[in-house]
Amino acid sequence: MAELLSTEFETAKISLWRRITDSFATVAAVGAVVIVLLPLAAIFGYLVYKGIGSINLAFLTQIPKPPGEEGGGMANAIAGSMLILALASVVGVPVGIGAGIYLAEYGRNRFGDVIRFTADVLNGVPSIIVGIVAYGLVVLSQGHFSAIAGGVALAIMMIPTITRTTEEMLLLVPTAVREAAYGLGVSRWRTTLSITLRTATSGVITGVMLAFARVAGETAPLLFTTLGNQYWNWKIGQPTAALPLQIFAYAISPYDEEHKQAWAGALILIVLIVASVAAVRYVTSRGMLKGAN
Amino acid sequence: MGVGVKVDRLNAWYGKTQALYDITMEAQANRATALIGPSGCGKSTFVRCLNRMHETVPGSRASGKVQIGNLDVYNGTAAVHIRRRIGMVFQKPNPFPTMSIYDNVAAGLKLNGFHNSKRLDEIVERSLKLAALWEEVKDTAKKKSGASLSGGQQQRLCIARALAVEPEVLLMDEPCSALDPISTGKIEELIYQLKEKFTIVIVTHNMQQASRVAEFTGFFLLGKLIEFDKTERIFTNPSDKRTEDYITGRFG
Repeated sequence: MAELLSTEFETAKISLWRRITDSFATVAAVGAVVIVLLPLAAIFGYLVYKGIGSINLAFLTQIPKPPGEEGGGMANAIAGSMLILALASVVGVPVGIGAGIYLAEYGRNRFGDVIRFTADVLNGVPSIIVGIVAYGLVVLSQGHFSAIAGGVALAIMMIPTITRTTEEMLLLVPTAVREAAYGLGVSRWRTTLSITLRTATSGVITGVMLAFARVAGETAPLLFTTLGNQYWNWKIGQPTAALPLQIFAYAISPYDEEHKQAWAGALILIVLIVASVAAVRYVTSRGMLKGAN
Repeated sequence: MGVGVKVDRLNAWYGKTQALYDITMEAQANRATALIGPSGCGKSTFVRCLNRMHETVPGSRASGKVQIGNLDVYNGTAAVHIRRRIGMVFQKPNPFPTMSIYDNVAAGLKLNGFHNSKRLDEIVERSLKLAALWEEVKDTAKKKSGASLSGGQQQRLCIARALAVEPEVLLMDEPCSALDPISTGKIEELIYQLKEKFTIVIVTHNMQQASRVAEFTGFFLLGKLIEFDKTERIFTNPSDKRTEDYITGRFG
């Protein structure tokens, strides 16, 4: 039988129809990849083309000049964005991962279903609504706009994404790995934190970075919360400049110089997002071992 | 030193399905006891009841008396405490994939709050030597992941990991079913040596394996312990017709 098969295999020619289908499928797959990558490459290329000319030391180190004047930069907005994103991550990442752990390890019940449903709905809420919620929660109660209000708005947007991806990644960890820890007399909470979460680390980080990258470019929720600021601000309780806000303000302004700066700001924003995702990936992969999966 | 395992009228359920019926037996200290029987007969459930792993399956429960030495497993002792004294090796090798070989062996101690690195070094080396893996991994133990080893090496790593916490009893649930004959041979040899220090309860589908490694053998069928006796007697002159049918290959 085996012999018959192998001789048949050698002598039989692969039919023309099969070869056509094969090349068609290959071309279709490559085409799909190109279609996915093309918009990204186009956006990045166009941003570089439009923005690179306005990026200089002043742009990266100075605050905006009054309208109509040449020069100045977006340093305060770059710093402000970093501040707001750091605040959002400090609030959103622990809550999101914690909720994901609950859903995966303890949430196989009705309460868990309710949380899952809530997270999915929250994920679909328009960002401007989230901004209004943060306005009501933080801005109104404090009496003024602030970086922390923006951080809360962005954190609310990060949480459902992080929660659901963390849950999925933890569920991918085989039961056998958990049982190995239980078998050693390791308690359940310790197993969850030191074994299950650790095994799922790279997936959980992917979820965190997806959420981070998504909110980093958000403009609408910041309009009602951080407001924007023409000057430096490092206080989390004060109105703060942010890159998306600055880009928005300059893009709709009548001055040509400000349009150019808006392009440069958009380029910086994308570079910052890519750089922080790459940095986190690098730092977390350094601890990985040879042969680990 | 190993201690004996006494089981008295143990019953176990998954939800409403009863998986074990009134199991009574005794595994002697520093001996290997083999459990044989067709798939689904309850032998894995039985060993999982001995260290209370059974109850980690949602909806499952067990009743009866299990004594490990002077420790009453189902009465007043926390499950984590029992599992520290009863090591377990599973059917499929399950090293912690993100940990190094060293950390895999040290995991049971580290995760229970033991961090003396000099002592850990000694324990890891001793455990890997006991599991006959030391020579193969001594240079790479801290650099390579446990998942990078071959299947047979991974299983010996899992044995080393179980031994590192110094249990009194070692439960092995078909430890060789995923391994080739050479790795199986190594692990059987290992069981032979480990008996000096531990009491071993081993579930196996391989009757030759049971006769090679174990002094006592129990035959399970449909959740009941049909016969329990010296291995030699089970395989040469069983007293129950069903045992004879099974070991002569008439069913199962």
